[in-house]
Amino acid sequence: MLQQIIDRRLAGKNKSIGNRERFLRRYQGQVREAVRKAVDQRGIRDIEQGEDIHLPKRDISEPSFSHGSGGAREIVHPGNREYVRGDHIERPQGGSGRGSGQGQAGDSGEGEDDFVFHLTKEEFMQIFFDDLALPRMTRTQLAEMPEMKSHRAGYSNSGTPSNLSVIRSMRGAIGRRVAIGSGSRADLAALEEQLQLLPAGSTEPAEVLARKALELEIAALRARLARIPYLDPIDLRFRNRVRLPVPTAKAVMFCLMDVSGSMDEARKDLSKRFFILLYLFLTRHYEKIDLVFIRHHTQAQEVDEENFFRARETGGTVVSSALVLMDEIIRERYSATEWNIYGAQASDGDNWHHDSGRCRELLTESLLPRCRYFAYVQVAEEEQNLWEEYARLQAVESHFAMRKVTQAAQIYPVFRDLFKSDRVAA
Amino acid sequence: MSGRKSESRSPSGPRRLRPERTLPLAPLPAPARAEKALPDPSDWTFDLIEEYHEKIRAVAQRFALDTYANQLEVITAEQMMDAYASVGMPVNYRHWSYGKEFIANERSYRRGQMGLAYEIVINSDPCISYLMEENTTAMQALVIAHAAYGHNSFFKGNYLFRLWTDASSIIDYLVYARNYIAECEDKHGMTAVEDILDSSHALQNYGVDRYHRPSKLSLAEELARRTERQEYAQTQVNDIWRTLPRRPDRPGEAADLKRFPSEPQENILYFIEKNAPLLEPWQREVVRIVRKIAQYFYPQRQTQVMNEGWATFWHHQLLNTLYDEGHLTDGVMIEWLKSHTNVVFQPPVGHPAYSGLNPYALGFAMYTDVRRICENPTDEDREWFPQIAGTPWLPALHHAMRNFKDESFIGQYLSPKVIRDLRLFAIVDDEHDEHLRVSAIHDTAGYRHVREALSRQYDLGSREPDIQVWSVNLRGDRSLTLRHTRHNNRPLHDGAQEVLKHVARLWGFGVNLESVDSFGDVTTHWSITASELAQI
Repeated sequence: MLQQIIDRRLAGKNKSIGNRERFLRRYQGQVREAVRKAVDQRGIRDIEQGEDIHLPKRDISEPSFSHGSGGAREIVHPGNREYVRGDHIERPQGGSGRGSGQGQAGDSGEGEDDFVFHLTKEEFMQIFFDDLALPRMTRTQLAEMPEMKSHRAGYSNSGTPSNLSVIRSMRGAIGRRVAIGSGSRADLAALEEQLQLLPAGSTEPAEVLARKALELEIAALRARLARIPYLDPIDLRFRNRVRLPVPTAKAVMFCLMDVSGSMDEARKDLSKRFFILLYLFLTRHYEKIDLVFIRHHTQAQEVDEENFFRARETGGTVVSSALVLMDEIIRERYSATEWNIYGAQASDGDNWHHDSGRCRELLTESLLPRCRYFAYVQVAEEEQNLWEEYARLQAVESHFAMRKVTQAAQIYPVFRDLFKSDRVAA
Repeated sequence: MSGRKSESRSPSGPRRLRPERTLPLAPLPAPARAEKALPDPSDWTFDLIEEYHEKIRAVAQRFALDTYANQLEVITAEQMMDAYASVGMPVNYRHWSYGKEFIANERSYRRGQMGLAYEIVINSDPCISYLMEENTTAMQALVIAHAAYGHNSFFKGNYLFRLWTDASSIIDYLVYARNYIAECEDKHGMTAVEDILDSSHALQNYGVDRYHRPSKLSLAEELARRTERQEYAQTQVNDIWRTLPRRPDRPGEAADLKRFPSEPQENILYFIEKNAPLLEPWQREVVRIVRKIAQYFYPQRQTQVMNEGWATFWHHQLLNTLYDEGHLTDGVMIEWLKSHTNVVFQPPVGHPAYSGLNPYALGFAMYTDVRRICENPTDEDREWFPQIAGTPWLPALHHAMRNFKDESFIGQYLSPKVIRDLRLFAIVDDEHDEHLRVSAIHDTAGYRHVREALSRQYDLGSREPDIQVWSVNLRGDRSLTLRHTRHNNRPLHDGAQEVLKHVARLWGFGVNLESVDSFGDVTTHWSITASELAQI
């Protein structure tokens, strides 16, 4: 009978990936919504993770004709203990004779009726980028790993022939030959000495026999020594190289946001996405990134991320207060020679009108000379004096970008220059 | 059933059934006891699998297990989950529901909630059995005995499989199906294909021929015939819908109105494929693919207990024989026996793990008991099974495997002893009674009743609602009417409306579904009108 064993283990897994894609495509509405919520709740630094997606089971069920409850049916069960014919049993909850409990729909959490699955990091980012309408080139740039460089890392006993280290290998071979042959060589020397001691040319039968025996033994030892391989596969040593990320300098990112009363949740959400995108860009280029959150209304304050996005104040707006604080922090903690400084500012454009000119001055005189890049988004349509002042800046400063943003998809163009220049450099 | 156009059925006259093979009379004699047992390291090697396989093959041959050639494939856990997702087949077309299945399996596997099956076996020629990489040597031996000899011989021997499936062409057909669906996705867009697949899947249990034997086609023939078939089908459809000019001398049109279909049709998908007015040729082909694959799985759904029981009986028998003849070590025995015990465990009703009868436990118990009845019959057995009590066991067992399906197998072979051992009892659940009633237990008065009730329970005809194509309104709005005939007055599940949407999508016009009780009165009515259809 023909019979064969086939090893399929290397024949590729993830045959179902096409099916998974179709599944995600079918439920893209719900998945997108879940990603949006997740972005909302996550810290900027935690953005690159997978996410559990919950779908109500009834939404993904595939219908088919089946019997409902009612009518008459007879079911055979095993394991009868106490019943005899004619016994009456209380109808179990749920109405069906089987007594299998029907699950209750859960509206939150991992209810029994939720179908839960894990969106991988890649899929999550894909959908996040889709939302931001990132061009494909930029996506690959953001999705790729930081640049790697290979370094020497000693020797290993496996590798490609081109990495063979001849000296190391030969040194090992000598050692092995010496070690393996040492016993035999010592024996050989002893035997040869004995042979020397025997009188040469003697015809005494006992001596001839002894000589014969010695010679045989010596020949065997020599043969054994000759069999020790000159070079054995275990001697081979290869130069080992490991790939390490290229160390790059440190960066600090300043997030400046207006938290006055006019900044509602939707506007904050837009601002958050704007900060996330810059952060993602920076993580590709710098190993260590500090985040500084400055929120302001009439006064500026350095806060942690949680308070940055959650808190809400009322009152007027003095934008320059944030810029002043940023300047102070740079002087104190982030000297421009050691750190690459990036600034990202979000506001609804509302400002005390005498303050806007001062903002422009602060930027041109102290901040922009020290920053690698400074981006400003206005999350409202209306152009006020802050916008006008900044617009003057944009004309003269190459590393200053600004944009009005009312939808997530409009954020990316703010950074277009940033990504573009990077591409040229890379 | 009306006479269908036998478009794909062979025109060569009466169908040929493979000649019935003679039943083996007794196992061949055992060779001398082995000097040394097979090595049993927990890590398997290819050589070791081959050695075990060779021993198992030799014993299987002595017991006259006739199988397709075996192809053992070693796969990883992830590949096993891939196979799970596409209904156990090595290739299948792409569909989101398989993705859903995969995601669900992967999640529960990663969390350790679910162990993977040790094996998957495919009814094909050669018969493909998957061995999981993670299995130990002993488990591989168990899987080989179970799948490659147990299931394999069942696929080759059982009449349903012989009649309804063609093991040699299924893989080819699936490759064809996969490529065709992919082609359609390219041409007509993913959504359009997905819609048709969704709708066809909703009806796949109603895409089965119960009485006609499907044709056997090779891949090449299938491809060659596709174009021909599509053209032909389209002309047929047009023919049905052609509006004939009225003859002036016959005003009584109503009297002439022919009923269509002339008899109710149980294969709804087939009816749609042939008669739905608006389907494009490629859509008909997609419906056909779903129907064909459903047909291939139809015997498996009807022989769960028999198939699993047979495979379990034989791995038990083969491995025990090998042990008796000195081939297996104690360690291997303990290991596979532990796994065997888990497989045939039947939790009693009320147990937290209880979810109905375990087909492995029931089937194993029944085959084992058939053997016992042959070898050591009691007076009771002589009374119940006069035809097999005291006869050679091997032919009796092979006969029981070849010529039955679950329903008839239980009806024929469920013995009082098995009923007692499993302590089976029947409960009647009637909506008119306030309480459930125990109708029979494992006593003299109850054996026959339990056996009949259990046999009915495995009858696909009563498990699935009986729904057939009833009529098409040819002269009016072209709506299709399906009819559900109630069995024991059991109503349809509320999900019927959802399924009806799918029927309407395929049909292209309004669809009605009537539920008819035992007096022939329509009790419930669902419908999708043409205007609702536009919103689907």
